Amino acid sequence: MGWIGETVDSIKSIKIRQLLTQAVTLGMIVTSALIIWKAMMCVTGTESPVVVVLSGSMEPAFQRGDILFLRMTKDPIRTGEIVVFKIDGRDIPIVHRVIEVHERKTTGKVDVLTKGDNNDVDDIGLYADGQMWLHRHHIMGRAVGFLPYVGWVTIIMTEKPIIKYLLIGAMGLLVITSKD
Amino acid sequence: MHSFGYRANALLTFSVTALAFICAIASFSDKFSNQNPSAEIQILNINRLKKQSYGNDEVSLTLDISADLQSLFTWNTKQVFAFVAAEYETSKNSLNQVSLWDVIIPDKEHAKFRIQTSNKYRFIDQGHNLRGREFNLTLHWHVMPKTGKMLADKIIMPGYSLPDAYK
Repeated sequence: MGWIGETVDSIKSIKIRQLLTQAVTLGMIVTSALIIWKAMMCVTGTESPVVVVLSGSMEPAFQRGDILFLRMTKDPIRTGEIVVFKIDGRDIPIVHRVIEVHERKTTGKVDVLTKGDNNDVDDIGLYADGQMWLHRHHIMGRAVGFLPYVGWVTIIMTEKPIIKYLLIGAMGLLVITSKD
Repeated sequence: MHSFGYRANALLTFSVTALAFICAIASFSDKFSNQNPSAEIQILNINRLKKQSYGNDEVSLTLDISADLQSLFTWNTKQVFAFVAAEYETSKNSLNQVSLWDVIIPDKEHAKFRIQTSNKYRFIDQGHNLRGREFNLTLHWHVMPKTGKMLADKIIMPGYSLPDAYK
């Protein structure tokens, strides 16, 4: 209870200049996070350099809650690669393995078929109606590395948004009530 | 400066940084492992080579696959994903790769194996180019670490071919 009293006291005793300094500091922290994110996008060549695994279709390799590091290069797409792709008209990226590739001689375009390791059937059912193959423009990146369990923070914050607000509120409170 | 909030924040930041560093080192240690896998694939039988009702060629075959992938396993290995793909060229396509069979190897004991199996996934061409076609069978493996960078490589075995007529 004493901690709450202290917090209320320190909010009451805030001065304008101090408040502005802290607002600028907060702004700097947010923008440097954004700069780091954009720089990662440049280095890895993909729009989303890090994704969270949402489903169990690649178990036991990737469990729900793992995070994957992606890279996209101009190298041709070959079987066995784990790719992240988006179906036209759907938001959620899917992480599966390429099991079939047909590359045209004349144009260099590829037809790609994917399948989750833990699924019994290939992904034809997931593609848009009438779509038989994935093409290069559907593919956002290749998985090159991963960290287990770290993605649970994102899953919890997406599925229970109240926790996201609580966390941001607590961090905001921490910044505002700091005496330096 | 010494409130509960600050201490919790400092502890959390430090532990996340330390964990990330440990994961990176674990992944780096994989560079020092000595790997020499080996494999051999024989085609036991071409069961059928037919033309599907709506036009594409399909072949069904039985393979005898033996491999020793034990040297790929390190302390940082979670599993090895191995698969056999048929690779061939046609007049329209510079490369076709079709995965015929795959397996998830969870530990070193299971990494040396011999199996006789028909193709797990259907071998269907884009067109009717499979009669008399020569192709490679490639055994690919992907080593998935407990944390960090994934590793992939393959052994290409050329010289297989399909019959000249539908059967």
